[in-house]
Amino acid sequence: MKNSIGREIPDELLAGGREIFRGNNHRDGYGYTKAGPKVRAAVKPQESKVVPTLRAAIEACGLRSGMTVSFHHHFRDGDYVVNMVMREIEAMGIRDITIAASSVGSAHDPVAAMIESGVVTGLQTSGIRGRMGEVVSHGKLATPAVIRSHGGRVRAIEMGEVHIDVAFIGAPSCDEFGNARGKGGKSDCGVLSYAMVDAKYADRVVVITDTLVPFPNFPPSIESVDVDCVVVVDEIGNAKKIASQAIRISQDPRELKMASDCARVMAALPYFKDGFSFQTGAGGPSLAVNRFIEPVMRERGIKMKWALGGITKPTVELLERGLIECIVDTQDFDTDAVASVHENRNHYEISTSQYANPMNKGAFVNKLDFAILAALEIDTDFNVNVVTGSDGVLRGAPGGHPDASAGAKCTIIVTPLVRGRIPTVCDRVVTVTTPGESVDVLVTDYGIAVNPSRPDIARALDEARIAHTTIEALRDRAYGMVGVPDEIAFGDHVVAIVEARDGTILDVVWQVEAHDA
Amino acid sequence: MSAEKRSEKNRLRRTMLFLSAQRPSLMKDAYVFGPDSVIFDLEDAVAESEKDAARFSLYHILRRVDYGNVERIVRINGLDTPHWREDVRVCVAGGADGIRIAKCETADDVRAVERAVCEAEAEFGVGQGRTLLMAAIESPRGVLNAVPICESSERLFGVAISGGDFRKCMQTKYYPSGVEMLVARGQILLAARAAGVQCFDTVFTDLDDMEGFRAEVVQNKEMGFDGKSVVNPRQIGIVHEIFTPTAREIREAERVVRAIRENADKGVGIFQLDGKMLDVAFLPGAERTLALAKASGMYEGDL
Amino acid sequence: MEILNAAVAGTLESSDVQVSVEPAEKGVALDLSSSVMEQYGRQIRAVVLETLERLGVASARVRVVDKGALDCTIRARVECAVFRACGADAAAKNIPWGGVVRE
Repeated sequence: MKNSIGREIPDELLAGGREIFRGNNHRDGYGYTKAGPKVRAAVKPQESKVVPTLRAAIEACGLRSGMTVSFHHHFRDGDYVVNMVMREIEAMGIRDITIAASSVGSAHDPVAAMIESGVVTGLQTSGIRGRMGEVVSHGKLATPAVIRSHGGRVRAIEMGEVHIDVAFIGAPSCDEFGNARGKGGKSDCGVLSYAMVDAKYADRVVVITDTLVPFPNFPPSIESVDVDCVVVVDEIGNAKKIASQAIRISQDPRELKMASDCARVMAALPYFKDGFSFQTGAGGPSLAVNRFIEPVMRERGIKMKWALGGITKPTVELLERGLIECIVDTQDFDTDAVASVHENRNHYEISTSQYANPMNKGAFVNKLDFAILAALEIDTDFNVNVVTGSDGVLRGAPGGHPDASAGAKCTIIVTPLVRGRIPTVCDRVVTVTTPGESVDVLVTDYGIAVNPSRPDIARALDEARIAHTTIEALRDRAYGMVGVPDEIAFGDHVVAIVEARDGTILDVVWQVEAHDA
Repeated sequence: MSAEKRSEKNRLRRTMLFLSAQRPSLMKDAYVFGPDSVIFDLEDAVAESEKDAARFSLYHILRRVDYGNVERIVRINGLDTPHWREDVRVCVAGGADGIRIAKCETADDVRAVERAVCEAEAEFGVGQGRTLLMAAIESPRGVLNAVPICESSERLFGVAISGGDFRKCMQTKYYPSGVEMLVARGQILLAARAAGVQCFDTVFTDLDDMEGFRAEVVQNKEMGFDGKSVVNPRQIGIVHEIFTPTAREIREAERVVRAIRENADKGVGIFQLDGKMLDVAFLPGAERTLALAKASGMYEGDL
Repeated sequence: MEILNAAVAGTLESSDVQVSVEPAEKGVALDLSSSVMEQYGRQIRAVVLETLERLGVASARVRVVDKGALDCTIRARVECAVFRACGADAAAKNIPWGGVVRE
């Protein structure tokens, strides 16, 4: 059955009440009862929840085959927790596990073998890269993976579509009772936003830390009232990879040109006024936009009220220079962002539900003026793909992309027209992760296109004498340079379901054949 | 495609962006950065063993890629190398708008290249005179010969001072004040203006020192240069910004052009405007101001 | 053109292509690998074979390692490799620009 963006969704996926995507706001006003965890009360006063080993924690939680475990990705490529837990699970002879993670990446390459051996048979995630992406793309996972945005993931948890049996939460610091924070340890990640909802909705919660601190570890991101046990290990991750050295703004002239054009577009729109709000991706050109809006803000004497999402040094600098009033933070990418959320009283941590859940009573993304984001591909319907490479292999992360773009008054995609020989602007993206209705403007190195659904933006650009063209013209330009790509040959087996934010099916990912060359 | 396009001797050339012909990925679309001209480099940027490969790449880029209004110049290898004659052939056959002669020391150097260009234009059926020339002066002898070089050929649209080698010959190095280049810059500017050709300043290679770059471009503009060679697209915006006339300069230039034309129609050669004596000699300067303003999107009037 | 000696042109940098040619008994044997094989492998093969034919190369072993080069770069690299394979200095002067070397 075709959904509202023309993607064919196989009927067998719609059994059991799953619905096809019918537009961003189709489920507005939908009523439901929130899920709740099964709690094992700790009535009798206990001195400490620390258990001697990870295995003891897994046993204490009663984890067995067929269950679902959850993880967060605040430790990014430096994460040791997922592998540590999964190796123990494998060693205990437990199989048929579903991993519900906020994201998985190349740090988790060892888990790919567990997919092939059947230890892991289900995967729900907001991002998938490295070996995991390859084995899933090659059809090795027993059930289709479910790809959700950050907001969609917490929505599924809160609505009970994903039930977490045991949440394993790595934390830079924790006290013996389970109060955990993203700071105060050996390898701080700043915030624990992705794990907050897991802690509230999982039946059992295990905090894994390498820095046990005196009680109470306050204010906590993860509260002891939700934690069953605490495990102390040598290292939760590689500190250098958890928070990189300050992420510097790109010096690549092409990225800078696009960032500069993006800032010009922003400055031409009515939303660019005192008190505006803004979220930017951490990729080269989107990040560089921070630098180009600063002089315009100074010239016009305006300030940003709040910046949202994943935070890096350039945004922290704007806060410190008084150009942003506050930062509302869900992830920290570099040591400067980690330090800032630790020290700056105008830099706040929020949960992913507050950030982006489309089906609570209103998340932060809904109040955004601008979202500046990247794309692996964008098609002439402005649909964006950020999860599959042009060869069809899973190697990306919707993350907060679908959330911020759906919420923001103006979403600008900044991307080069071609990468190597691969056209970014194309007839039809391999996989839709963000529907075109969420996207308003495309800025490329070859020109700017405005979504025809936004004639107001086109007029504003005309008035500011900013040249723009159609997305079809940009596609023709790309194809003229690199040639029209041949279609990829897919298998007939669905390896992943891409859920829209509201839980309907936006698209599916088909199996690809393994290529050696 | 581009071979039929006419080259323009006195066009706007605020920025000339160097691109190595050894790297097709750089040449394929540098027009997106909006320089006035690009210089595809067959000389220093190409390893001795890759001169032939660079020509093949260059030929296809020249033939295949539409650079729009961006002028395409090629820097050929020095006349003391075995490469320059084949360089000239590929430039002409590919339809380059102009050739930059490296290490030019005498007017005879320009005329030697001119003869090779004429032969190549005949060989490849390209219109005689289409391929323009510019000379890069890189040595004390070249600076002293600036006048004859500037007057050497009808095809020559301009000269550039090239600082790297020149500073070495002069036993000095880069100084922020520009004092080490002062005489050379002045000399070739004088020669260029005397001969009625354009004049361009040398590259600034320290990409981490954008303030130093800016200061040098301001000095270039104040000295009267037409433009500057740049080594990185990040430098383009700064040069264009500095060479863009102010709103006041544009208004004044517009009034001057109008007044001179109106008076000329009435047969008046010399007249007063706001207490200043004006005649037709003020026209080219004012027109140039308006051309610069148009190129930077600051002027949309009908002059 | 007759391939007399083995020759290589191009690099393995992104957006470039490395072309190696060597003499062969008869016919053209093409070995192609590309970082964009799925989407452009067919077109790259066609451009290489068409360029060889235009140059009049009847027999050669040709190995192409593509890193996402555009067609015009592929043509340039094939041409350069073939001229380099036709004896000393064949690639250095008197190239038939606009003749067999053309778009």
